[in-house]
Amino acid sequence: MTMAAQSPETVARTAAEQWIRMYRKMVSIRLFEEQVNELYTRALMPGLAHLYIGEEAVAVGICEALRSDDYITSTHRGHGHCLAKGAAPDRMFAELLGKEAGYCRGKGGSMHIADPDTGNLGANAIVAGSVGIATGAALSAKRLKTNQVAVCFFGEGALGQGVLYEVMNIAQLWKLPVIYVCENNLYNEYTHYSETTAGDIPARAAAFGVQTASVDGQDVRAVHGIATRLVQNARNGGGPAFLLCNTYRYHGHHVGDINREYYRSKEEEQRWKTERDPLKLLSAWLIDQKLADAALLDRIQSEVRKEMEAAVKFAVEAHYPGVEEVEQDVYA
Amino acid sequence: MPEAVQRELTFAQAVREALAEEMRRDSRVCIFGEDVAEAGTPFKVLSGLVEEFGTERVIDTPISEAGFTGLGVGAAMTGLRPVVDIMFGDFITLTMDQMVNQAAKVHYMSGGKWKVPMVMRTTLGATRRSAAQHSQSLHAWFSHVPGLKVVLPSTPYDAKGLLKTAIRDENPVVFFEDKMMYKLKGPVPAEDYTIPFGVADVKRAGDDITLVATSSMVQVALGAATLLDEVGISAEVIDPRTTWPLDEKTLIESAKKTSRVIVVDEGYGRYGVTAEIASVIAEGAFYDLDAPVKRMGAMHVPIPFSPVLEDVTVPTEHTVFEAARALCRRS
Repeated sequence: MTMAAQSPETVARTAAEQWIRMYRKMVSIRLFEEQVNELYTRALMPGLAHLYIGEEAVAVGICEALRSDDYITSTHRGHGHCLAKGAAPDRMFAELLGKEAGYCRGKGGSMHIADPDTGNLGANAIVAGSVGIATGAALSAKRLKTNQVAVCFFGEGALGQGVLYEVMNIAQLWKLPVIYVCENNLYNEYTHYSETTAGDIPARAAAFGVQTASVDGQDVRAVHGIATRLVQNARNGGGPAFLLCNTYRYHGHHVGDINREYYRSKEEEQRWKTERDPLKLLSAWLIDQKLADAALLDRIQSEVRKEMEAAVKFAVEAHYPGVEEVEQDVYA
Repeated sequence: MPEAVQRELTFAQAVREALAEEMRRDSRVCIFGEDVAEAGTPFKVLSGLVEEFGTERVIDTPISEAGFTGLGVGAAMTGLRPVVDIMFGDFITLTMDQMVNQAAKVHYMSGGKWKVPMVMRTTLGATRRSAAQHSQSLHAWFSHVPGLKVVLPSTPYDAKGLLKTAIRDENPVVFFEDKMMYKLKGPVPAEDYTIPFGVADVKRAGDDITLVATSSMVQVALGAATLLDEVGISAEVIDPRTTWPLDEKTLIESAKKTSRVIVVDEGYGRYGVTAEIASVIAEGAFYDLDAPVKRMGAMHVPIPFSPVLEDVTVPTEHTVFEAARALCRRS
């Protein structure tokens, strides 16, 4: 394929559009999760809710480097990954409320959103539960020569699970196109990761010969830059990669985890929110580079807010599945 | 009977033929596991497959049962049809999250959108002097889980037909082979055929007592039936062939006909396959039964090494014969 030469202005405009699109995506995740918090505290949402707020740059920076038919697997804290890969907020909310219009007809819920149309193999509520699935998808991509890449998102808590090392070993031996994305939000539930994790994290993957990288997970531009390189390499047959994204979970392990001072201070939380917020960092840069002005960013915020309100309304008004569905789809 | 049906294969050859035919039929079918390629597994069940299909489709893995089973799940979801080889049934313990939390639930949790057309082949059976970690029959565990299908072939004919059905099924299927049976010979047609799941097979018709037997215990039950014949008791031997789906109707009909039932299975009796089948029969044929349904399984002990100890842990022709005679009150 030959590329038509682009003027510097066109390149700059394309880049600006790309960062503004990523800003909108991150705002979408932030406001989606704020709505989830609201639904949960108003007792409209059954079960558990694990909010992704604070980590938006990771999902967006990486998924923006993917094709729509590339695969992802996600986690219990997975709303951000699903949205970043292209899921629609209304059907997401419907799933969270157990409605028939949800992505899984209400059978999966918050922790199990899956959607073949966006390459989402499923969020997984077993820590490290999807590492085999993602690696298997990469095996299919290689065997069937589809040129797809699989991205496996997991938190640093998954570093404690042996199966992760089993599949990284296999992925490297077989040169599979899979990117293991470790989101280190510092806490394995209610325990600081330093109490559970010996040694150097990327060194664990490097021991298998897997290409590794670490990145500031609050900086979407940095995440996107490195993700683009790793995804391209995997797509070109260069084998797997391990990307450590250093980030922070603003809320508790789940919505009900309110009193957190026994495991982390309010000062620490405040510091991340004021100094390291991924939305603030990107908006400041966009304004500084004169790629956007405050009015544009405000407009995006209010558009997304309206979209989320409409999506919540859709989900609240949607029907529950009929009880006769309980025995459907146990077997294909 | 056509000539082809007379051809005899061993159980291992029947398994291999099913795999080879399905791999020729469908390029998405692939095998992975420990020592499956050049070694053809320690039981030599897969000998010759890598020569025909290459290392792209018959793939040796590291000794990582959880890892490569997980790969099987993901590969099945995305266009391959993996047959995952777990060398000894005891090692399914290492794959439980992949099978129970992942493979079995993907279809349901995704609202019917993703499918996992994957087969796990593994083994069961004691008396091979392999001690406690290479001798168990743990098929009841998977039979307990919605979303999985569990297959227990007892003859070379059934092994070929059921394995082909398993590979063509759109769901995760666990296929247990009795490792003591690999050299058993029996008629196997050379042509393509499949055997549907959930259809029990009457291995021997009889009138006085029903012996429901699975896998390794089918030959034991048939041997016991021959001994029973000599004392004037006519035993019917029924093999459910799949524990899930389970052909409840055939089991209940036979129980109604004979009015006495023994269920024989090599898994542990407690909370096991025999308990489930006995319960199905008790519920379905209660008013036609002349005696409580009797269950015979492995003793509730880890399988011991010493042959004199190991041999008493599992039902034999003789113990089944004695139990049947007692149940028919003809001592």
